[in-house]
Amino acid sequence: MHPAFSVIFLTTLIGVGQGLFLALYTGESYAVVELLPAQDQSFYVWGSVIAVGFLIAGLISSIFHLGHPERAWRSAARWRTSWLSREVIVLPTVIGAVAVYGGVHALGWDLSVIGIKTQLRGDLTLLIGLGGVVATFLLFLCTSMIYACIKFLQEWATPLTLINYTLLGVASGFTFATAYATYQAPHLVNFYGWWAIAITATALVTRSASLYRNANLRRISSLSTAIGVRDKRIKQRSMGFMGGSFNTREYFHGASQLLFRSIKWIFMVMVFLIPISLLVIGMKNDSSSLLMSAFVVQYLGLIAERWFFFAQANHPQNLYYQTVG
Amino acid sequence: MTQLALVIDLNVCVGCHACVTSCKEWNTSGPAGAMSDDNPYGQDPTGTFFNRVQTYEVGEYPQTETVHFPKSCLHCEDPPCVPVCPTGASYKREDDGIVLVDYDKCIGCKYCSWACPYGARELDEHQKVMKKCTLCVDRIYDESLPESERKPACVLACPTSARLFGDVHDPESEVSEAIRDEAGFQLMPEWGTHPANHYLPRRKAKIRIHQDELERVDNPLKKEGELPQLDDNSPTLDDVTSW
Repeated sequence: MHPAFSVIFLTTLIGVGQGLFLALYTGESYAVVELLPAQDQSFYVWGSVIAVGFLIAGLISSIFHLGHPERAWRSAARWRTSWLSREVIVLPTVIGAVAVYGGVHALGWDLSVIGIKTQLRGDLTLLIGLGGVVATFLLFLCTSMIYACIKFLQEWATPLTLINYTLLGVASGFTFATAYATYQAPHLVNFYGWWAIAITATALVTRSASLYRNANLRRISSLSTAIGVRDKRIKQRSMGFMGGSFNTREYFHGASQLLFRSIKWIFMVMVFLIPISLLVIGMKNDSSSLLMSAFVVQYLGLIAERWFFFAQANHPQNLYYQTVG
Repeated sequence: MTQLALVIDLNVCVGCHACVTSCKEWNTSGPAGAMSDDNPYGQDPTGTFFNRVQTYEVGEYPQTETVHFPKSCLHCEDPPCVPVCPTGASYKREDDGIVLVDYDKCIGCKYCSWACPYGARELDEHQKVMKKCTLCVDRIYDESLPESERKPACVLACPTSARLFGDVHDPESEVSEAIRDEAGFQLMPEWGTHPANHYLPRRKAKIRIHQDELERVDNPLKKEGELPQLDDNSPTLDDVTSW
């Protein structure tokens, strides 16, 4: 498939936003049961603001994918059948939930809804945050199922797509939270840092698993099934036109083989190895710039990872467009 | 329920592209607006088409066979492009099974084109909406046309009658009969899309003729030996008649 940068930025940016929100909520939950020191409201407020910023940036990026953005409101209509439509509903829900979560923290509302006794404050933010967490995971489900539900795009049609989107999003969010904590909550740096490393390492395993799986795929469609001729020795002599068309542009990545092959190793290093090393060194030296660079490198690596995710997918329609003529 | 569809006979398609050009001509002139082209006579031409004719070579030289293969939307009975559409712009008509795009609802997200294994959908680069074969829906129900012309433009244009049009759910129809009798098949059956359009395979019509069928075994002349020959002195017909 031809990688669309609007979609690459959409999926990576909202991944960071979702992961950051999960990190904030994890920190708060630990503080409630006194496993971590409690933080100022401002930690949650600014964290939520940044998370909403990432999510909205992703939403804006997605608009550039549309031919008719002015009709985008229509896309909530078919949530019964379309994962894309479901994502269109869940993404604003997550943005709303995170905004309300941050807003309640900002207002300092000390309201006990179900009567959880904490030494900090009421459980209102915990409940709102819980709803946000559910919506966040639903958003990971919707985003990844957009790709995983197309069964003939065999590279995508696997539960690993869901697992990788979730883990990579959460990992980048926790890496950002580590860098963010150096400014707002120095006590949480190691907590977030080690979680970021653990999730990144898990994502390394699952992403490698999907690379291994995709390298060993057995193609279900062939030219024989495409044109219904039993003989295996089929060559296309003409695709029916000499110029380009939507079919020759949308479904081929168009990059050189060298770039296509090297990008896999580039993102393996940039998403996993460098960030993990920078996180370890940054935590040891208490360096916020190293931790922030861990996030920046990981995010750039994720752009490469998402580019490869699209470029690697081999659409069966490509069987019909192999020979210009 | 009716399911209108095309049946394309690969045995008689000669790859002349008449269906491609007539499709483009009819649909670019229609009420839905032009199917835009860029640089049609320039260096890097591109444009929107509903129908293409491709050519394949099967076998190994010298035992090869050329297959001309027209490809357009197959109007699947279970179209994967329809449920993925977030706006409902892509839909399958209940009453005749034609898969259509509502150009006024389409947001141009291209998701339906990803979800079609056949690459039958093309985004119009100027109108920014997804387009595809409509089975000439603006033509086949047009009562101002004589009944014989209420068929898709490609079907009317085909010089070898390689394209048949009709209801594949009606067992008595011409298309159903062709599918039944001529081993009609569907493209990429492995994805469960159940395309309504069918193709008829290449097939060679051979009859075996034995020597005894060329020579009549009970020819009475044979039994009586050689035909009587005239000798040189016998009168010819010219000698005995006076015309």
